[in-house]
Amino acid sequence: MEPFTYLEHTADVKFLAHGRSLEETFENAALATFNAMIDSSTVRDEETWPIEIESESLESLLYEWLSELLYLFEVELAVFSKFEVTLAEGEEGWRLNGQIGGERVDPERHFFETEVKAVTLHQFEIRKEEGEEGGEEIWTAQVVLDV
Amino acid sequence: MLDKVDDYVFEVPIGHQKGMRVPGRIFISEKLLEQVEAGTIDQVANVATLPGIVKYSMAMPDAHLGYGFPIGGVAAFREDGGVISPGGVGFDINCGVRMLRTDLRAKEVVPMISNLVEDLFHDVPSGVGAKGRLRVSEHELDEAFTRGAAWAVEAGFGVEEDLEHCEENGQLEGANPDHVSLKAKKRGRPQLGTLGSGNHFLEIQRVDKIFDEDLAKRFGLFEGQITVMIHCGSRGAGHQICTDHLQVLSKAVRKYGIELPDKQLACAPLGTPEADNYFGAMAAAANYAWANRQIISAWTREVFERYFHDAKLDLVYDVAHNVAKIEEHTVDGVRERLYVHRKGATRAFGPGRPEIPTAYRDVGQPVIIPGSMGTPSYVLCGSEGAMRLTFGSACHGAGRIMSRTQAKKTYAGTEVKDVLTRRGIKVMATHPKMLAEEAPEVYKPSDEVVDVVHNLDIARKVARVVPLGVSKG
Repeated sequence: MEPFTYLEHTADVKFLAHGRSLEETFENAALATFNAMIDSSTVRDEETWPIEIESESLESLLYEWLSELLYLFEVELAVFSKFEVTLAEGEEGWRLNGQIGGERVDPERHFFETEVKAVTLHQFEIRKEEGEEGGEEIWTAQVVLDV
Repeated sequence: MLDKVDDYVFEVPIGHQKGMRVPGRIFISEKLLEQVEAGTIDQVANVATLPGIVKYSMAMPDAHLGYGFPIGGVAAFREDGGVISPGGVGFDINCGVRMLRTDLRAKEVVPMISNLVEDLFHDVPSGVGAKGRLRVSEHELDEAFTRGAAWAVEAGFGVEEDLEHCEENGQLEGANPDHVSLKAKKRGRPQLGTLGSGNHFLEIQRVDKIFDEDLAKRFGLFEGQITVMIHCGSRGAGHQICTDHLQVLSKAVRKYGIELPDKQLACAPLGTPEADNYFGAMAAAANYAWANRQIISAWTREVFERYFHDAKLDLVYDVAHNVAKIEEHTVDGVRERLYVHRKGATRAFGPGRPEIPTAYRDVGQPVIIPGSMGTPSYVLCGSEGAMRLTFGSACHGAGRIMSRTQAKKTYAGTEVKDVLTRRGIKVMATHPKMLAEEAPEVYKPSDEVVDVVHNLDIARKVARVVPLGVSKG
């Protein structure tokens, strides 16, 4: 299972993020979002930021999670390469608790290939694919980023 | 699949997509149509399903695949029964272009081009996450959201005449900072007066061809003249405003029972609180973008004055190409107030419209079409065809034909820079990697796109300008 794959899209960035759990799928979607801007291997895990999001559906939770990361990127002037989340479903909807690791942008070491402006809802979806007989289930999130 | 209605007019018939209320219309040549992806045509059809859409879901000749609306998409909605949708505006609200004309000639400026581009690159912050030179207070930020370029001029950036030469005078009415979230304000404050990155640029150009002497004279343009073009938008503030309201409008879709073929087309019926709040916030972002371009213009003037003491840089015009606005149009002989969405499309009002500055009113508004990096840009003049065919709209640029991923595989940024240098174009960017995805070859040739709007009398060709120096994010 590839953590994420980029698909062809003329003007924007489209990707599929995969995971054996929802948590892993959310983490890989975050990685795909940042990796579209900057080679993640150049980002050190030096500082952590806590994140807490509540949302009415799983889809809106993923949208808010990725949007929150772009917000933090801009106001903290930091790039991230490590994402850890736990998800829980409650009566009111879904809840995400997590922390992200990364470092402040250093123009000497961090070369951006593009700027992700935002997460779009175009063709946005989360789906579960049952594995082969007896195999594990795989979650896939499809996202189009505005760049 | 498409019906040819006329030369340069193709119809997407009702039935292409379930729920279409009107047909689609793509204004394009047969040659350019061959490069339009099937997905773009589907997006034109998707827009046609929105409630209250008037006449057609339209696409300009630079149409390409977007999210929600196609890029190059235009749609108008009735006040009564229509909707407003961020899918028809985009995240970079009021991304737009302005052109400044100088009284300098190429032969004076070419020897100084390296100094000018280096200073512009230094004085106008650009790049991913760039912070501005400005430190505005919360109150000043609210003023920028409410009053746009008018605030910027009052704060010392530019002159009164600049406002007359901006679409909407650089101030969209109805802006309401109360519907701008704290997050959007936090992103917006440090970024006022920054160019951004991606396809945004600040370019020094030379007028290399005049197509219409009379119109060129009216716009103050002549062959061999130096012009400056600024292409940027509302930065993180606009992105956050769209992100926030897209979620609210997604809920509104369920609340008001609207069926959508694409979630990015989330919308609310006009007159509902959700629609009003989005409009107020979107207008605030539009004003932020006008303030931004106004501030950048002032710094550009300072740079030119450093090398040419009495240089005069007058604003030709400033156009928005990602915005929704209330405009009056004649529909089947009846005057109507419509919410016109332009997503990667430029307003191109023809002669006589009161919205056009007095200096240009009897000929039509200047329509500024930026090229891609290293290729020509065009100045056109809005004409009758636009009022008849496209709710007063024209194309906004060349239109992408190669994806960014493909571009990066095909071109190395350093190579792109070398090619441009050999052609005499001085380029500065935060990193060469940024240049690869904006290589000139990834766009359609802009002359073909411009010829379509000229031939349909949407906007007439006035002048062509070529780049001498470019500063990019």
